[in-house]
Amino acid sequence: MIRKFYYGDYGESKHGAADISTSNQNKHEWPLWEVFIRSKQGLDHKHAGSLHAADAAMAIENARDVYTRRQEGVSIWVVESKHIHASNPDEAGAFYDPASDKVYRHPTFYDLPDELQYM
Amino acid sequence: MSQTMIQYEGRIAQIVQEDPMLQFLLYAGDNALITGHRCSEWCGHGPILEQDIAISNIALDYIGAARNFYQLASTRIQQKDASLEVTEDTLAYLRDAWDFKNLLLAELPNGDWAQTTLRVYFISSFQWLFYQELIKSTDTDLAAIAEKTLKEVKYHLRWSREWVIRLGDGTEESANRLRQALTFLWPFTGEAFKEASYETAASSTTNIQLANLHESWKQELQEVFAEAGLEVPTQQAFQTGGKTGKHTEYLGYILAEMQFLQRAYPGASW
Repeated sequence: MIRKFYYGDYGESKHGAADISTSNQNKHEWPLWEVFIRSKQGLDHKHAGSLHAADAAMAIENARDVYTRRQEGVSIWVVESKHIHASNPDEAGAFYDPASDKVYRHPTFYDLPDELQYM
Repeated sequence: MSQTMIQYEGRIAQIVQEDPMLQFLLYAGDNALITGHRCSEWCGHGPILEQDIAISNIALDYIGAARNFYQLASTRIQQKDASLEVTEDTLAYLRDAWDFKNLLLAELPNGDWAQTTLRVYFISSFQWLFYQELIKSTDTDLAAIAEKTLKEVKYHLRWSREWVIRLGDGTEESANRLRQALTFLWPFTGEAFKEASYETAASSTTNIQLANLHESWKQELQEVFAEAGLEVPTQQAFQTGGKTGKHTEYLGYILAEMQFLQRAYPGASW
């Protein structure tokens, strides 16, 4: 069986965020949304934080009020947190450690001839 | 910093009394200041953190707009008599209730979230129309303030409109609360469209024709109330007086809190 991991699962997957962010949502609590802000044209949207809102329209307005009040952004994305799937921290070793001794994957590993410029 | 702030009385009041344009500036500024103060009362008490920040932002927008009007008014008072030390603070903190010209609607208590958001909706939907005319004013300073404020008001309107629809079209309880809020606030909504004498006198400069605004405003209300499942009340008897300084008892309490510091420690700064 495949187990889904949700954003916010870290360290509390048995009885925490995973339950809250799925169908067992407390009726009196608004769902959690992740907010991504583009600080200026041409740049990527970056994760800014999260907030509660009843729906996407309210999430965007709340994001505007919470995360762009000091001119931080020109564009906002929101996505309900339950739609973000995260890698399992328990598998971090298998996932990330094998890359640690592969220095040749960095371009700086290679000596380039001086004639090559702008690299 | 001056040791004592000049009181709003005597010569300043007289200059204002003789100039409909100055009265208009105070009217616009007072609406913003008092609405902003009411919104600021939610700071730290909002129903949810995100909305607490939202209404605090709105409060700051309003108070910023009030400052613009007061600064312009105080500059113009000084142009008439350079010996007067009048600043935006004199106008905000040293006038008494009878000198304030804000709509009664602005000073009514916040009540619950439904009453608060419905009030912001009534005021911002009026201001949305009001400032759109004001940007065409022949007074360029006034037009500049209107242009800056219009963007803020557009957001206040969007925010409050959405809350009215959400609550009206929400649960039984939220719809009930919104209906109660409407019953309470409605008698105060007509005042904005009843011309005070200084509005009439200044209208060739301000470009504001309230009768036209009233029609557009009713239309806006029809659309939003239909979506919210509310009936637009038919009652046409409205409370008035705020524009000419005859206020409800609520304003006195607002001023007591808002002006306490400047009156107890004149000229205090931080």
